[in-house]
Amino acid sequence: MRDVSIVGIGQTKVGEHWDKSLRDLAVESLQAAMADAGVEEADALYVGNMLGGQFVGQEHLGTLIADFAGLRGAEAFRVEAACCSGAAALRQGYLAVVSGLHDIVAVSGVEKMTDALGCVTAAGLAMAADGDYEASQGLSLVAIHALLMRRYMYEHGAVNADFAMFAVNAHRNAVGNPYAMFRRPISKDAFEKARMIADPINLLDSAPVADGAATLVLCPTERAHEFNEQPIRVAASAVATDSVALHDRRDPLFLESAYLSAQRAYQQAGVSPDDIDVLELHDAFTIMSALSLEACGFAERGEGYKLGQNGNISIEGPTPICTMGGLKARGNPVGATGVYQVVEVVEQLRGQAGPNQVQSPRLGMAQNIGGSGATAITHILQVQRT
Amino acid sequence: MTIDSLLLKPDREVGIAGYGAYVPRYRLPASEVSRVWKEGQEPPPIQEKAVPGLDEDVVTMSIEAARNALKRAAIEPGLIRAVWVGSESHPYAVKPTSTIVAEAIGATPHTQAADWEFACKAGTEAIQAAIGFVGSGMARYALCIGMDSSQAQPGDALEYTTGAGGAAYIIGPREQSLAYIEASYSYVTDTPDFFRRPGQHYPQHGHRFTGEPAYFKHTQTAGQRLMEELGYEAGDYAHAVFHQPNAKFPLKAGQALGFSKEQLKAGLLVPVTGNTYAGSSLLGLTSVLDQATPGDRVLLVSFGSGAGSDAFSLVVTDLIEERRQRAPLTRDYIARKKYIDYAVYTRFKKKLVMH
Repeated sequence: MRDVSIVGIGQTKVGEHWDKSLRDLAVESLQAAMADAGVEEADALYVGNMLGGQFVGQEHLGTLIADFAGLRGAEAFRVEAACCSGAAALRQGYLAVVSGLHDIVAVSGVEKMTDALGCVTAAGLAMAADGDYEASQGLSLVAIHALLMRRYMYEHGAVNADFAMFAVNAHRNAVGNPYAMFRRPISKDAFEKARMIADPINLLDSAPVADGAATLVLCPTERAHEFNEQPIRVAASAVATDSVALHDRRDPLFLESAYLSAQRAYQQAGVSPDDIDVLELHDAFTIMSALSLEACGFAERGEGYKLGQNGNISIEGPTPICTMGGLKARGNPVGATGVYQVVEVVEQLRGQAGPNQVQSPRLGMAQNIGGSGATAITHILQVQRT
Repeated sequence: MTIDSLLLKPDREVGIAGYGAYVPRYRLPASEVSRVWKEGQEPPPIQEKAVPGLDEDVVTMSIEAARNALKRAAIEPGLIRAVWVGSESHPYAVKPTSTIVAEAIGATPHTQAADWEFACKAGTEAIQAAIGFVGSGMARYALCIGMDSSQAQPGDALEYTTGAGGAAYIIGPREQSLAYIEASYSYVTDTPDFFRRPGQHYPQHGHRFTGEPAYFKHTQTAGQRLMEELGYEAGDYAHAVFHQPNAKFPLKAGQALGFSKEQLKAGLLVPVTGNTYAGSSLLGLTSVLDQATPGDRVLLVSFGSGAGSDAFSLVVTDLIEERRQRAPLTRDYIARKKYIDYAVYTRFKKKLVMH
């Protein structure tokens, strides 16, 4: 099995792109990534997308985007794993290169959500949950996370305000990211006054729906220097699953899939949580930030929310998370998010994170989660040893 | 060949010879909508909206507004050679509102009459056309009305704000005007932010799409362009009136163009009338004219979904002070109110289907 590196990144701004279609966004990011890698062709394209059919009436995205990006003839298909479709597409791309089957592989994540009305978006996202036993009973994705947050607060004695710093930190970092959707800071006070969406989840607990696309170009590490002076090695790629339905989890307050995926990744990379310099976790809701930190071993059970205090999670702190805004402030174009996370880790490891630069990072981790913790896909990236 | 100038200016200067408001007396507190649909949990976006009585519609309301305009203009109705009513709620799909209004006020038979449609700017586009009609010398006076009795799907967010009311304007020669029109401009694109198909009772809207790419893009561009072409800035205006679908949009639009809250205050009625659709910016203008002093410059920017904005730059003349006393002021109509609850509202708005 070969070693895999990332030699190109591309991304669109995340936002409400009234004037751009799904294919416009995907092609824009793909062309940017291919230019970054200095390639004009690719052997394969894997497209991560959750709801193209539902939101814009378009399936068959791998082929469509390959064609419009000038890659007609290449291997291409769409990959779907709900909210971690982006990381799943990267997993697919990684497998294609690590197996020796393909050399130049592009991985794009794209989602176009804002043309759909709010009720359509909510119904679409609820398809990440169990259709028969959760969604059809009236549980939206935000409602499911509200149940989780309420139970967490009860068992661990946390209050709403304890989650504020996850949102505050994300927004603070987004200010320095030109691709982020919300480039303005928010205060703890604003968080506490934000209106409820599904009690105890308020507006500022929740990542926004958005449009966006991001792309990575992968190649075998041995060839990486042909394409980029700063290739970033994929030290680990690991997927793990749990039950889709929250009520079927062994312990709903422990993200078993995130734990397993992280453990597998640490093992593959030969590292531990202490070695991780940058963490792009799946902050779809602030409760997920707390639970992810616990599942990945950055905090003890029931203590994840405390990491948000005292600057621990800031860029200058010991456990920098959401360094370019996270899902909360960079935005969450669902199927694209997993690729944005990895693009951002690459920016950090290359030293290209601008005002958000973590000091001399060597290892970065990105974890993308599907549904309320049903699927977790973790990638660990490493600065190439020269 | 290219356009010489973006400004719309007629050969002869024209202005507003008379204006008249009308707002029906019934009021539904927005808290009632929240009470019925949201257990009172949702903070209402406005205070209350005007609701027409059982025997009121765009025809009856237009006639009353037109009579007020005639009182202020003090002209023989036979001199009016066009009666144009713009609305989204004409009582008939085929049969003009305008002919009924024309006959009721004595403007028939030697008159043009037509109904206008462009969502909430149906009234101001009639004014655009009237500027040409009168400015060309084809007629001495033209009557333009923007009036609506708007409807929203029960339970939809729009139900807080769909109000009723509007205003009538008699466009005439500058010498007869209490406010003359310096120039106007229209900005239009094909933007489907809000629409209703034939046979559909309630309209559909594109939620957030109705904001930036629709309302703001068109009002900002129209207002900005008009001012630029005239060489004016916000500071040159005493008042500015924008289309008012809610309280936030016109303030945001106005402030983006450099207007202060003070400049926007006189024309901002939506918190107490609701969105009167084709009547909205025109009713705001009647409120401004009720308070303006001679020499005041006023900016009017309407917005109609679909989408477009008409922008007008007006200057109030010495005739205003005497003319405005001749008919009820806008605030008189707003103060004249009787509260109803949601149940009576459903009866008045014919939302209860009976067999």
